[in-house]
Amino acid sequence: MRAHYGYKDGSGEYFIVLDTDQCNACKECIIACPAGVFEIIVDDYDEEVAAVVEEHRNKLKYSCAPCKPTSGYNELPCVKACIPVAISHSW
Amino acid sequence: MISAGIDLGAKTTKVVILADNKIVSQCLELTGIDQAQTAEKALSNALEKANLSRDAVNFIVATGVGRNAVSFANKEISDVAADARGIIYLLPDARTVIDIGAEEGRAIKCFADGRVQDFAINEKCAAGAGTFVETMARALEVDVEEFGKMSLRSTNTIAMNAQCTVFAESEVVSLVHAKTAKEDISKAIHDAIASRIISMVRRVGVEEKIAVIGGVAKNPGFIDSLKRGLEINEILIPDEPEFTGALGAALTKA
Repeated sequence: MRAHYGYKDGSGEYFIVLDTDQCNACKECIIACPAGVFEIIVDDYDEEVAAVVEEHRNKLKYSCAPCKPTSGYNELPCVKACIPVAISHSW
Repeated sequence: MISAGIDLGAKTTKVVILADNKIVSQCLELTGIDQAQTAEKALSNALEKANLSRDAVNFIVATGVGRNAVSFANKEISDVAADARGIIYLLPDARTVIDIGAEEGRAIKCFADGRVQDFAINEKCAAGAGTFVETMARALEVDVEEFGKMSLRSTNTIAMNAQCTVFAESEVVSLVHAKTAKEDISKAIHDAIASRIISMVRRVGVEEKIAVIGGVAKNPGFIDSLKRGLEINEILIPDEPEFTGALGAALTKA
């Protein structure tokens, strides 16, 4: 399952996509994210997977901003930390 | 085996009672402020309709934005899982589900067994949700039901530029003052809502057949805009689209 957490508003689309088939709930993203955007949940099919914390889902543009300076960035800490390559950002 | 599904939504609470996976009763109530009380009331009304006592219910599953408030539920599942489960029961050919509730729009791609393949939820903006439709109908001073039908009688295509509900309302007022036909404004509004939903559907990927559920599925103007936007001829709609989530919850037994 690919879970798209986030929103679209007048300024753009801000979604973090988590591929739950790849995710092994290793918690590396939780350790890597300075904003505390991730958590491990038990999903509807009783599997442990990473998800975006509810309070961040409607403000991802701002939560993720420190890792995305306007002058450009190379690698996001969460994407880099995720060994099974389950995390991607839409913006 | 009797199971109950309670979908505690932002605006309305839906209950579906199943006896051996057959629908025996359903009930819809306005959610109001006290969610726990509404859940209790909706469940007892549905049980009364089916002539069942509370003790006869073997399993209760809660879903919807207020699912945590249903303290007597045996299990909680997300809206997305409930929608997928419910739609496959009603319309087994559906693979992409668009659920438009009062405050959220969801796009779900599901497998033939009712499991979720991909999903996206717009967690923030009301511009692609049911409350937007109601707000715009109010701005045009027409009944919500008439508002949807009006769109089909439009002869001109005009564009709505505002992304936000608040700005869209003032844009509608300007169009009214410019003597634009209400039918054309209605179509422009439905096109704008549909375009927001479509961008979300494209995120998860379009796979036919497409079904629309939630209260807004009853709006023919919106369905027409959605068909034009997605360039498809067929959209499936269950008979009572607003109960799909509650049905899916009731089907999700332990």
